[in-house]
Amino acid sequence: MNRVRAFRDELARTIRLDRVGAEWQRLPPRLRGAVPLIILLSLAVTYPYYVANLPTNVPLINEFPSVHSAVTILVFVTMAVGLNIVVGYAGLLDLGYVAFYAIGAYSAGWFASGQFQQVNFHFGSVGLSRDAAGIHISIWLVFLIAGVITAIGGILIGLPTLRLRGDYLAIVTLGFGEIIPQAVRNADKEGIGFNLTGGTFGIQPIDSPGFGKGLHDAVGLPVVYQQSFTADRLFFWTVLVVLLVTVFCSLRLRDSRLGRAWIAIREDETAAGAMGIPLMRTKTWAYAIGAFFGGIAGAYIASFNQGAFPSQFDFNISVFLLCMVILGGMGSLWGVVVAGIILSWLNVEGLANIGAWLNNNVFPPGQQIEVPKYSFGIYGTIIVLMMLFRPTGLIPERRRKREIEEGAGKGLIDEATGGAKD
Amino acid sequence: MAEPDLLVAETVRKEFGGLTAVSDLDFTIPQRSIVSLIGPNGAGKTTFFNMLTGLYRATSGTIVFDGHDVTDKPPHAITKLGVGRTFQNIRLFPQMTALENVLVGMHSRLKGGILGSILGTPRVRREEREARERARELLRYSGLRQVDDELAESLAYGDQRRLEVARALATEPKLLLLDEPTAGMNPQETSVFMGFVSKLREDRPIAILLIEHDMKVVMGISERVTVLDYGEKIAEGTPGEIQKDERVIEAYLGRAATA
Repeated sequence: MNRVRAFRDELARTIRLDRVGAEWQRLPPRLRGAVPLIILLSLAVTYPYYVANLPTNVPLINEFPSVHSAVTILVFVTMAVGLNIVVGYAGLLDLGYVAFYAIGAYSAGWFASGQFQQVNFHFGSVGLSRDAAGIHISIWLVFLIAGVITAIGGILIGLPTLRLRGDYLAIVTLGFGEIIPQAVRNADKEGIGFNLTGGTFGIQPIDSPGFGKGLHDAVGLPVVYQQSFTADRLFFWTVLVVLLVTVFCSLRLRDSRLGRAWIAIREDETAAGAMGIPLMRTKTWAYAIGAFFGGIAGAYIASFNQGAFPSQFDFNISVFLLCMVILGGMGSLWGVVVAGIILSWLNVEGLANIGAWLNNNVFPPGQQIEVPKYSFGIYGTIIVLMMLFRPTGLIPERRRKREIEEGAGKGLIDEATGGAKD
Repeated sequence: MAEPDLLVAETVRKEFGGLTAVSDLDFTIPQRSIVSLIGPNGAGKTTFFNMLTGLYRATSGTIVFDGHDVTDKPPHAITKLGVGRTFQNIRLFPQMTALENVLVGMHSRLKGGILGSILGTPRVRREEREARERARELLRYSGLRQVDDELAESLAYGDQRRLEVARALATEPKLLLLDEPTAGMNPQETSVFMGFVSKLREDRPIAILLIEHDMKVVMGISERVTVLDYGEKIAEGTPGEIQKDERVIEAYLGRAATA
């Protein structure tokens, strides 16, 4: 009897699975393609809820990143996606991306902190008393302002430099990447007679995001992130939105007229010019848009860390972001996202975790090693190995027939009509 | 009254340091004509070509295309005015598909802006759809079948040549410049290709300037042939006249042959 029942149950399950399979096949291909993304996204959105229940002492990685670290990781991924537009799409080797990060962070400092004591200007800021000195514009607006200012910065840096090609451009951008932090370090009262950046002390505190009392009472949105007990979660969800918007824009741009022009310039600048692409303008747009996202990321992390400090804007950051782009596969959006997550995780807490796990489980006491000490050696090794064994990156850009894979529905119709015309 | 010439180049000169690559060349292209520029290797054909398309700046002289002075214009502006070109050593965008290569050619004829592309406004989407449709047609027209989504670098050599022409046609040129389009082709491929070029001129209101160093190729279809040697025009006329011209024979075969 039992065996019959088991068989029947088994059969029922099989049939239902079949049905699921059939339903799955019936879904529009576009939706089917989106399913992995939706699953990953739900995992990401709910991360703060289950991170505490995740196992610790996991082999090698020891433990999963805290929500606090995840915020920083995602901010860096956002920057990598921005840099990917410049380096990956347009093929402009930019070694000074950190400059954009800095401009963004300081823009947040200027428009959302007490830096300019002389004035008292409030516009939509939350969690501050009316008479707090300085310029306090709503941080949401400030993110946009920071993006725009940084984009303008990108254009200003781009105009003289983008006439250069290849290595020369890299060297000049390297220079700008060094100039900006130095300028920031010296733009205080002693340096320029006016305290623009707070010198080595930076600008702090920078205002927190939040929706204010009105929206809180109406729809329950948090009043002020930094005053919340779950600030990290709020920042995490917000940066997830920022990243998604960045990725979305990046995807749309890649498949647009402008994106094609970028890739054409990367492939063959001379031919691109001869095909009617205005080289300077197109390259400057790549810079401006890459800078825009770098600026937003910079402003965001400034708000998250409640300050902008010149020591944050090291040359290493530029190289680090470039590593993400190279590791992911230049121009490959998803590759850059994955590589960005891996590398910034390693940087934020991964190496320390790996070290801790190795010390606990592999190396006997007395022979412990400090993995984070070797970080640059490790990153260097990763890049060298990648270049040797997988020079196109983790997820190489555009496999063949990518149109059919991505815009499947549309592609098929196009194919059909194209065939009919034949 | 005759139509004004599509392109008028007057005393165009190009010097590279001490070397004069093109020396005070006068050259015109009538509307809807096929003219050829021939000459031995190093005669300055491609240099002249590159001046017409804005890749090089002429040392002196003027180039007027369709009523616009294009002497000092950048390549993209000249393309927009209606000059499309191919390259002697194929310069496709290797990591882009055949279709995308053609779409890049349409760049100056499309309008889609940044915000419109990000937001996917109906206008941009329609434009993009129509552009793809036209690009597919152009590929078919150029004799490329079922390679729309192949990367340009993976195409066969002859197809790459065809794709270059398709891409140049996508710029909607009034003047199409073909720089040694049959280089590397065998005689049969060459004759097929030249057939395509004549058909092109019949189907579309365009003028074609052909560069070759192989005289046989151009004789069949050219209305006028100009011969360059050491940067100077040594002869100009109908193919028949050119074939009999002593200086041309000398330039090609050397002095001993005529002696």
